[in-house]
Amino acid sequence: MPPTENIPSATGETAPSASATPAIEFKDVEKSFGKTTVLKDLNFSVAPGERVTLIGPSGSGKTTILRLVMTLEELTGGYIYIDGKPLTHTERDGKRVELPSKVTRSMTTRIGMVFQQFNLFPNMTVLENIIEAPVHVLGKSKAEASKEAKALLEKVGLAEKADEHPTRLSGGQQQRVAIARALAMSPEILLLDEVTSALDPELVGDVLAVLRDIAETTDITMLLVTHEMQFARDVSHRVMMFDGGQVLEEGPPDQIFNNPEHERTRSFLSSVL
Amino acid sequence: MIWNWEFAAEALPILLRGFVNTLIATAVGTLIAVVLGLIIAVAIRGLPRWINWLIRLLVAFVRNTPLIMQLMFVYFIFAGIPGLVDIPALVVGFIVIGIHYSTYMSESYRAGIDAVPPGQHEAATALSLPPVRKFTAVVLPQALRATVPSLGNYAVAMFKDTPFLFAISVVELVTSAQQFGAAKFAYTEAFTLAGIIFLAASYPTSLLIQRMEKRLATY
Ligand SMILES: Nc1ncnc2c1ncn2[C@@H]1O[C@H](COP(=O)(O)OP(=O)(O)O)[C@@H](O)[C@H]1O
Ligand SMILES: [Mg+2]
Repeated sequence: MPPTENIPSATGETAPSASATPAIEFKDVEKSFGKTTVLKDLNFSVAPGERVTLIGPSGSGKTTILRLVMTLEELTGGYIYIDGKPLTHTERDGKRVELPSKVTRSMTTRIGMVFQQFNLFPNMTVLENIIEAPVHVLGKSKAEASKEAKALLEKVGLAEKADEHPTRLSGGQQQRVAIARALAMSPEILLLDEVTSALDPELVGDVLAVLRDIAETTDITMLLVTHEMQFARDVSHRVMMFDGGQVLEEGPPDQIFNNPEHERTRSFLSSVL
Repeated sequence: MIWNWEFAAEALPILLRGFVNTLIATAVGTLIAVVLGLIIAVAIRGLPRWINWLIRLLVAFVRNTPLIMQLMFVYFIFAGIPGLVDIPALVVGFIVIGIHYSTYMSESYRAGIDAVPPGQHEAATALSLPPVRKFTAVVLPQALRATVPSLGNYAVAMFKDTPFLFAISVVELVTSAQQFGAAKFAYTEAFTLAGIIFLAASYPTSLLIQRMEKRLATY
């Protein structure tokens, strides 16, 4: 467990309005791998600027949800909308049709993801990792992208590592580079899947500190999966408890952590706290 | 067995002239194989099924028949086609040997591409990189680290296969040794020198490939 820091809970602020067009909306989402259905009739939405933590036992579908938003998994049923626009499939004349990959890719430029295993490109330096997409997707000049990348490296405390290769960095440093790489695209939505789970315990704090800073200083919508419950409590506006691909219960972190409705939530929390 | 230094001195320039053909066939053949091998490895992923199937069939044909037969097949077919009859044998030689080895090199490329971890593809997708950029900036550079040493080994193997070009009347190193040996009855000198020239070229190359392999193994 991370040290309990004295940081004001996100729930102290006013939660982003749910009445605006949602940043992310799942509509009747179904996901199966072959014959195994993992998600079924899943409906939920995330407001712009909202930070939502997904919790739940292993295998409950949390990673699958994030991967569907990042288009890393094929959506086998239903629809996902980003800022009200369809991501991979749309309804036309009552039929579900797949969007061209170019359209989908133009939507994913608003979404960034940080992985448990960092997934930095080992053939590029730290700086090259960060400017790759700004230059080749957003069409920025190398000079401009490099300037912004250096500012981001400063922000994650790795300014002096710009010209290193990622394999020469510690796990915690690699993960902070991965966060900088995602931020370089100025995403509206950031997906974080257990980003500290692969790290040695002493390296977790630095990564969480960077994420707290992002939560406090930006209005990026965040969908995160974490086992760091204190962190989840501090940064999220809402916690969703998943079980077997369904939302078992949801609410502000104080409610879910202190006063869960369901016995399943209680026993899950006692197993991770 | 008698060693005659005079014959040896006389043979050397003749052998070196043959060796030029060996080098040309190897260099151009390697270039063809390296490029075509990559095209085959990549094409097989994105093409319609029937073209894919046709490529696989051709690859299987090239791999499962002897190089010398392929050389003669193409050479004598070309010899019967009016526009193609004047193509020099050496050109037919490096084209055929290049195509032959491209089928092996494509397999090395394929293995290298498949070995790139899924997380790398996923990171590229998460950054919305277009497919071509993803391949050229992320997948290929990582695949090549595993592939380059084996491409080098195939180039050395190709070098040692160039004597088959005698079948289509290209006078390369071994054939020039054979001709000199027959003319002067000095086979010992001719083939010893030919062997030394081969060794002097391919052994350092093998060592270079080994070093490259070690260097490429880590970032
Ligand atoms: N590629 C896959 N193929 C088959 N089953 C999968 C695949 N990915 C995930 N699953 C299954 O989907 C379910 C949900 O997995 P996941 O989303 O990873 O859960 P969580 O992140 O909550 O632990 C699990 O039962 C898992 O076995
Ligand atoms: Mg998971």
